[in-house]
Amino acid sequence: MTKVVRTRVEFEGSVSEELALVQGEDAEPWAQGEELVIVGHPQRRVEGIAKVTGRARYTHDLRLPGMLHARMLRSPYPRARVRRVDPSKALALPGVRSVLHRFNAPKAAFRGEETIFREEVRFVGDEVAAVCADSEAIAEEALALISVDYEVLPHVVDLEEAIDEASPRIDEHGNVHDADRHERGDVRKAFKEADAVVEATYRTATQMHNSFETHGAVAVWDGDMLTVHESTQHIFGVRRGLQAALRIPYGRIRVVCDHMGGGFGSKGGVGKYSIVAALFARELGTPVRCVLDRHEENLAAGNRSATLQKVRIAAKGGRINAIAHDSWSNAGQGRWIADPTGPTKSLYDVPNVLTRSYRVLANTGSLAAFRAPGYVEGTFALECAIDELADRIGIDPLALRRLHAASDRDPISGLRYSLKRLVDCYDIGAQEIGWSRRRPKGLRASAPGLRRGLGMASQIWSGGGTPPAYATVHLNPDGTAVVRIGTQDIGTGTRTIVAQICAEALGIAMADVRVEIGDTDSPYAPISAGSLTVASIGPAIRLAAMDARDQLLDVAAGILEVSKAELRVEGGAVVSRGARTPIAKVFEELQNYTVIGKGARLPNSEELVLKTFGAHFAEVEVDPRTGEVVVDRVVAVHDVGRIVNPLTARSQVEGGVIQALGFALSEERVVDRPTGRVMTPGFESYKVPTVKDVPKIVVRFVDAPDTCANNTGTKGLGEPPIIPTAAAVANAVANALGIRVRTLPLTPQRVLDAVEAAPAAKGGEADRRGDRRS
Amino acid sequence: MPRATPVLGPAAVDVTLDVNGHARAIHIRPQRTLLDALREDLGLMGAKKVCDEGTCGACTVLVDGRPVYACMTLAVATAGRAVETVEGLAHDGGLHPVQEAFIAHDAFQCGFCTPGQIMSVVALLRARPDVTADDVKRAVTGNLCRCGAYPNIVAAALAAAKRKK
Ligand code: FES
Ligand code: FES
Repeated sequence: MTKVVRTRVEFEGSVSEELALVQGEDAEPWAQGEELVIVGHPQRRVEGIAKVTGRARYTHDLRLPGMLHARMLRSPYPRARVRRVDPSKALALPGVRSVLHRFNAPKAAFRGEETIFREEVRFVGDEVAAVCADSEAIAEEALALISVDYEVLPHVVDLEEAIDEASPRIDEHGNVHDADRHERGDVRKAFKEADAVVEATYRTATQMHNSFETHGAVAVWDGDMLTVHESTQHIFGVRRGLQAALRIPYGRIRVVCDHMGGGFGSKGGVGKYSIVAALFARELGTPVRCVLDRHEENLAAGNRSATLQKVRIAAKGGRINAIAHDSWSNAGQGRWIADPTGPTKSLYDVPNVLTRSYRVLANTGSLAAFRAPGYVEGTFALECAIDELADRIGIDPLALRRLHAASDRDPISGLRYSLKRLVDCYDIGAQEIGWSRRRPKGLRASAPGLRRGLGMASQIWSGGGTPPAYATVHLNPDGTAVVRIGTQDIGTGTRTIVAQICAEALGIAMADVRVEIGDTDSPYAPISAGSLTVASIGPAIRLAAMDARDQLLDVAAGILEVSKAELRVEGGAVVSRGARTPIAKVFEELQNYTVIGKGARLPNSEELVLKTFGAHFAEVEVDPRTGEVVVDRVVAVHDVGRIVNPLTARSQVEGGVIQALGFALSEERVVDRPTGRVMTPGFESYKVPTVKDVPKIVVRFVDAPDTCANNTGTKGLGEPPIIPTAAAVANAVANALGIRVRTLPLTPQRVLDAVEAAPAAKGGEADRRGDRRS
Repeated sequence: MPRATPVLGPAAVDVTLDVNGHARAIHIRPQRTLLDALREDLGLMGAKKVCDEGTCGACTVLVDGRPVYACMTLAVATAGRAVETVEGLAHDGGLHPVQEAFIAHDAFQCGFCTPGQIMSVVALLRARPDVTADDVKRAVTGNLCRCGAYPNIVAAALAAAKRKK
């Protein structure tokens, strides 16, 4: 039976009401302490061999007979009107098959616009034309032969410049747009009555995803059936995007993503490259590949918005009594922003809060979701401000947080959390890092002249998962199974978790489960983003496997002539009163009998709010003479429900911390203001962490199943570990130096500037020693 | 000993590459990189093109036992030398100890940098079976990993070194 219900869905920090279909009954959740044999135990990645032998096929690796190659011509100007495009010289080049541009391309709806080639190009890298040729090299050569007549228009690329009234207005409605506002309590009164107020401005830089596999697609038509292979976090999203752009029926589009070289949020839907590949492939009657190169990736494939954030925070009676947080995000040409004020609204139980968030347009590439978008930036500002307030009122910053972290209710809705173990995260982390060593003026450094400090920060994020998600489990007569679900593994280990949950619920070995994902011919599963994968698909897979198991037991009861109630499936065999019959044996006489189990994710409870929590602790050493920050150790503690695979979960946290350290210390997109060009389009100038930048990372989980969340007790883990690291590091640096650096990344130059601007802190060595003894 | 490379080109030329112990004859323009020759002409997709400008290490292969960035190496310049790619490591269905260790230690996430990481570690362990964590870090410092699998890469390399001893 299928019912339609309304359900609350949270995605990347925003909550919406959606319709959901309820099919069937849910299973009792796996309880705390329930003996599970596969789930909860470390398991190697099921695609491990494919990945270490080079056999894993990525979109980049696809080569089809007759395949042609498309490349984009991109605007060299940050803002210009495309008056004329003359492709004749390019078309004359041998090997060039076709050129598309705004005067000949069919209409193709893309992100609220009607075309993929704009009349007014709005950032350096905006698509102007596309060439299709026999090879990438020829296509590339042809790009230089397309002549374009541009009328250059005034532009603005920098966030603060764009906010400035005196700068060019690049949008008819202005550059600054309201995005979000939240108010509770009486902030004005609270600030008036405060014992202490800290007011500070924080800035974060634009971070670029730099997924190792760049965005790209290969399109193939077979009659009127389109197949697109795409490196994507959401095959079904790409399918919808192609449907809208090409105006072809949903049923005529198949999207496939086998292995994928990362996405980190940036691969959430169809790209212009996929549409271009599909258009050329249709026109030329042969497969077409369109893959971005590294520099294009860093111009036109998304980024984490730079932010400007002003925080005012007030204490009264030794507690936080009010927070006001205003935030501006550089959306580039994006039509949305990820709200940095999310953590301020929801992380702590504070009575008086006012947040305002603004989207600022600029002539740079659009933002794209980047692993906990908004929350990474916002947590930095909020958690630094809390430390500054704690310093001001002379209380340990962790102790101050504890006063506001224990509430079991979401402060926005007033609803209860399904489970919240933030305080446990504090206890575990404080113990692990040795927080009791912390002194207001830092710790003893490893060498004279250096400064050492401790810092911490908290994390809140969604991760409760959502319907719809469906799975089928086919049990073959030999006792092996195929689980099919339209999710994708972006590198997080989804394949392995699918196999684990299926094997556990069915009662067979993981090695006997084959995982089929990454194909829209499978049942629907949501986007691999928002930390919602495991908690969305896990319950559906479990139900499908249980359904298959139930049918198997029906068959076994008949064949073995034992009542079903006495049977169970264990280790690939049907077991009754000590007798084990392998599944293959049960089916022996039935020959080609196939059991088909199906499962659907049921809606979340309306009465509960599902969140993940965590805390990071950092120990750093700073050289005030060079400005260099060395992170010694990060302790990352997370409360994300049941851990399905401890091996890959730890990797996920380490990866998040490392990406966060890039954000904290070295990663910064630089755009030249006069020309609008990205000066950091490659790894030479854009500094992602290397192996040598990695500190000791200690990963700990509360690992308590959230039995109110869903039948697997799981929540998401993809994003939580990138959220609090930068704030913890910045707080540790402030603890070490006695000086606050409020702009990320904390480059040596910024640290030096801050040291220079605070002469009082220089030569404070004597006081510091005194302090340490106390 | 560097061997003299015959002057080839400018038109497409015939070259024979020794890849994973097999002689492979291809007809390529002299400016073709080893990476493109491997991927486009020989269909060996293990080495990845991530930057194509010598900044990431995803294309790392071995030439006469030494790790090189295949995107910064001309294919014609490797004629007569032994080229090894990740595809050549496993023998008779058995994985190379470094490959085994990468799986056991979960030394990858998306896996896109993995073939390059593995080749750098293989070269290191062949040259010096006795390695420290610092040696490993130095060996893979030119192999970026955006997923941040670094701690496990180091652990895997050390475990493989131990096993080889
Ligand atoms: S692809 Fe060769 S170093 Fe990046
Ligand atoms: S595993 Fe993804 S880049 Fe290294």
